[in-house]
Amino acid sequence: MKIVDDSPPVLTALDRPNSYIGRSVPRPNLARLTQGRAQYVSDVVLPRMAHVAFVRSPHAHARIASIDTAAAKQSPGVIAAVTGAELAKVITPWVGVLTHLKGLKSAPQNAMAVDRACWAGEAVCAVVAKSRAEADDACELVQVTYEELPAVTDPETALDPATPVIHPSINDNLCFERSHTVGDPDKALAEADAVVETTFVFGRHTGVTNEPRSIVADWNPGDQRMTVYQGTQAPHMMQNLFAKHLKLEEHQVRVVTKDVGGSFGIKVHTYADEMAAVALSKLLKRPVKFVADRIESFVTDIHARDHRIKAKIGVKTDGTITAFEIDDLTGIGPYSVYPRTSGIEANQVVNLVGAPYTTPNYRARARVVFQNKNVMCQYRAVGHPIATAVTEGLVEMAAAKIGIDPLEIRRKNLIADDAHPSQGPSGIKYEALSNHEALAHLDTMMNYAGLRAEQARLRKQSIYRGIGFATFVEVTNPSAAFYGVGGARISAQDGATVRLDATGAVFCHTGVSEQGQGAEAVIAQCVATSFGVPIDKVRIIMGDTDNTPYGGGTWASRAAGIGGEAAWQAGKALRGNVLAVAASILQAKPETLDIRSGVVVDAATGAERLPLHELARICYFRPDTLPAGIQAELVATRHYVPKAFAFAFTNGIQASYLEVDTDSGFVKLLKHWCVEDCGTVINPQPCRRAGPRRRRARNRRRAVRALPL
Amino acid sequence: MKPSPFAYAKAKSLDHAIELLSHPEARLLAGGQSLMATLNMRLSAPKLLIDLNGIGGLSGIVVRNRTVEIGAMTRHAEAARSPDIARHAPLIALAMPHIGHAAIRNRGTLGGSIAFADPAAELPACLLALDGEVEIAGQTSKRAVKADDFFKGLFETALGPHDVLTAIRLPAATTQTRVGFAEFARRHGDYAMVGLAAAAKADGQALSDVRLAYFGVGNTPVRAKGAEAALAGGGIDEAVKALASDLDPAADVQATAATKMHLASVLLRRVTQQLMEARP
Amino acid sequence: MSSHRCDISLTVNGEFVAETVDARTSLVDFLRDALVLTGSHVGCEHGVCGACTVRVDGMIVRGCLMLATQCDGSAVETVEGLSDSGEIADLQKAFEQRNALQCGFCTPGMLLTAQELLAQGGVPSREEIREHISGNYCRCTGYHAIIDAIEAVAQARASK
Repeated sequence: MKIVDDSPPVLTALDRPNSYIGRSVPRPNLARLTQGRAQYVSDVVLPRMAHVAFVRSPHAHARIASIDTAAAKQSPGVIAAVTGAELAKVITPWVGVLTHLKGLKSAPQNAMAVDRACWAGEAVCAVVAKSRAEADDACELVQVTYEELPAVTDPETALDPATPVIHPSINDNLCFERSHTVGDPDKALAEADAVVETTFVFGRHTGVTNEPRSIVADWNPGDQRMTVYQGTQAPHMMQNLFAKHLKLEEHQVRVVTKDVGGSFGIKVHTYADEMAAVALSKLLKRPVKFVADRIESFVTDIHARDHRIKAKIGVKTDGTITAFEIDDLTGIGPYSVYPRTSGIEANQVVNLVGAPYTTPNYRARARVVFQNKNVMCQYRAVGHPIATAVTEGLVEMAAAKIGIDPLEIRRKNLIADDAHPSQGPSGIKYEALSNHEALAHLDTMMNYAGLRAEQARLRKQSIYRGIGFATFVEVTNPSAAFYGVGGARISAQDGATVRLDATGAVFCHTGVSEQGQGAEAVIAQCVATSFGVPIDKVRIIMGDTDNTPYGGGTWASRAAGIGGEAAWQAGKALRGNVLAVAASILQAKPETLDIRSGVVVDAATGAERLPLHELARICYFRPDTLPAGIQAELVATRHYVPKAFAFAFTNGIQASYLEVDTDSGFVKLLKHWCVEDCGTVINPQPCRRAGPRRRRARNRRRAVRALPL
Repeated sequence: MKPSPFAYAKAKSLDHAIELLSHPEARLLAGGQSLMATLNMRLSAPKLLIDLNGIGGLSGIVVRNRTVEIGAMTRHAEAARSPDIARHAPLIALAMPHIGHAAIRNRGTLGGSIAFADPAAELPACLLALDGEVEIAGQTSKRAVKADDFFKGLFETALGPHDVLTAIRLPAATTQTRVGFAEFARRHGDYAMVGLAAAAKADGQALSDVRLAYFGVGNTPVRAKGAEAALAGGGIDEAVKALASDLDPAADVQATAATKMHLASVLLRRVTQQLMEARP
Repeated sequence: MSSHRCDISLTVNGEFVAETVDARTSLVDFLRDALVLTGSHVGCEHGVCGACTVRVDGMIVRGCLMLATQCDGSAVETVEGLSDSGEIADLQKAFEQRNALQCGFCTPGMLLTAQELLAQGGVPSREEIREHISGNYCRCTGYHAIIDAIEAVAQARASK
């Protein structure tokens, strides 16, 4: 049994004659990936390129008493051995704070530790050599004397007076605290018929991208330009940061991102060792490459999701949820990561607990504390896994306590589909959600009643199966409310430039980028549809700050929702430009023409009037034949930023059916269902993959998926 | 990370390999599936790698004199598809799918796995369960060492610094032979959290010569001798009780000691059931 | 007798290659750096992830756990070779059509591993496919589309 097909999309105004919206179009970049002819940063080789390896602190917290690089410098193949203090002359430190997370504080972080190493794995010295192997050899010859300091490793006691403060300059180990109260949770809990109180503990995760973090920095003193090949999700953001901390003008920096071997948020952050690699290139005036090995990845890639949450839910016997309460403690590293901050995940948890429900009483407190461990920051579905696990866990336990069916309690409390625009318990504003429709669909799709019957029957045979649900609301497509308002130079808008080449093909330059989720395909679909060419005539240019409009990159599902919208508008605008010229060539009114499958046609009859390649030939090579006063502009740029709502919330529900071996405790997943309302489905095929992605636009549409296992 | 520098020598013969072992910081390279991983992370830094892959006569499976003789350089993949192993050493056949993955099995060798003696590995426990022995070639002579005497400590075996493990010998299965194998691992191909390789002789419903070799519970594979005796006496519940004195696992990254003990008892029941089933 | 630098000669994707390598250079690093065949990838350097899977003398191996010098006299094949010869054209097409890859980093290793299974003939069950590719990590797709693609190709080949 294979993946269940989505039901075919209903045609709407988006479905122009050769519309690609809603069609499972294979992604244009796949052949080079299956042939092994991609270009990941780890593949990039430049002339005179050197390799850097780092000496990393083995201690969680230690003063660096001395670093002796003399022996390392003599090691075969070594070009330089540079300490944190030496590198600090080339690159300035940074502080990961945002002003809209009130009170968020952090100490400055250097590219390599100066004076003090604050986590086991922090780079303290860099060795640059002709090969990575030689750099590794020389790293063993670097003599570092450490004086161990007490390490803060328990978030529960991080704020105790007796616990050492990691950065005395910021007074304590508190990075961020937020409290939020709505309604009267104390009263609601006191008056509830049943209260469930429990503690959730989540272990640290990290993203484990198959391709480790990689960077090649190339400072060309002749051009006075820094070109950085980086597997980043946000090229323009990094362009700004490299320029800022190397004291360059932004236009002196070019960030190029080709193929990325997985990111999931791991590669959207600023890493000290990557900044060090860039600084080293400037210092040494030659390309420097850094590819993290797997152990380095585990100790330096951002971690996430390390939370301890004390949680309460109050319910009435009829199933009405009267209150949610959480106390969230999350222990991060010694620095808030730059520039998105390590406060966002906890902030999201506060925003999203109880999100799909009508509960009017909610209290949340979140504290983010520094520790001498690896840094933490946003990773895939920031905060949602925590908030959803806590919320749905509480709802499940409440249902069990009062003896109500778990699906029924959700039906009772989910915000009504026709109640929108509305808001969640934390005050987040929803434009439109479809929780009930999603739930109804899931109920049918999984044959819930049938599964319950099967569960009961099998339990009599000592076979233990479980059915679990998780409803969720998801933040996507952020406006400036996420980062811009806090002072971060992270673009909330995005742009697309489309141009017609001399043979009738279309180039689209976009500020969003691809890490495998299909952004390139979706942008191509939008352009092909809104302009009017077959998709194989569309070429997407992305991941190059020199050659794309200023944009925010790909994260929070914005590639389709924001990037796609800009591409759509640009395609429409170019169509307008082309039809204006075509009208003058054909002596017709522009509104009577259309472009379909690469040909200017009569809009009413579809009769072909002028192929695009012919129009292009005239415009580029025979403008002498165009009427006076006509200047063809075969390029159009449009930008887009969401304004009406701070975020585009989607919603859905997932269910799991599993079997527990009560002898061994091992769990076997039998089936899993996802129902998600992701708006207009631009490309159903990526929607159907495990790890659902969204393609957002205007209308309500469902992507559904059943996984037989 | 790249390995520390080393010199490489391809041994032309067994004698040549032993001669090369006179280098004080030499390591033998068989399949390399464990060794190269440790070198790549600089957990180990030998100065000389002696490649055994060019030596003739060190691989192959021969059944003679009621013994299955497996050359040390025999690849896991060859053993996995060998009809001789399936018929005459069925416990090895049961263990094979649990060892790593296809690409690992194409290079990894049975001799290498037993010489490396990872406490969570399958083959050392199988050797112990089958009361097998290894043939070792030294500087001056060859010797055979029984499985009970081979595994000494964590990654420590009866192999000395100038020894090469050349062959593994297992008693060929008879119509009375019963074997059982099970392990708990989080993912297919992982090292086991706890595993059990077992062999016995069956006469009707009665078991004798029971050998229960647990892996993942100590520095070496461990025979649960109390449980063995109890099973031979006919009592599975007594055997499970006896495990408490047979095994004393330490906690590790995978599981607490209590979890390992519990899983060990679950494995015992499951493997005992396998032992009770007649061979097809 | 023993050396830190080794002269090797071998064929790579059918092409004769003669190079001098460091003894410690892994096969996958040799392919990527000396021969600039970057289709085989390095993901973990300890044989777990499968991204470095290549073929040596007809069998798939971990390129990170073999030394280049061990391949003296061998025939090495990488995804580029299998691609250009057309040997895995149906697998590649199936992967592309079913979106059985996202970032593509695991894909060359996955294709070589799948090809070894399919070359055995017959139509493996989904469980057998899962077991065979369990040594190739994919962090993006969740594997189902990969299994679908391999199964579809197995069926298509068997019906020829």
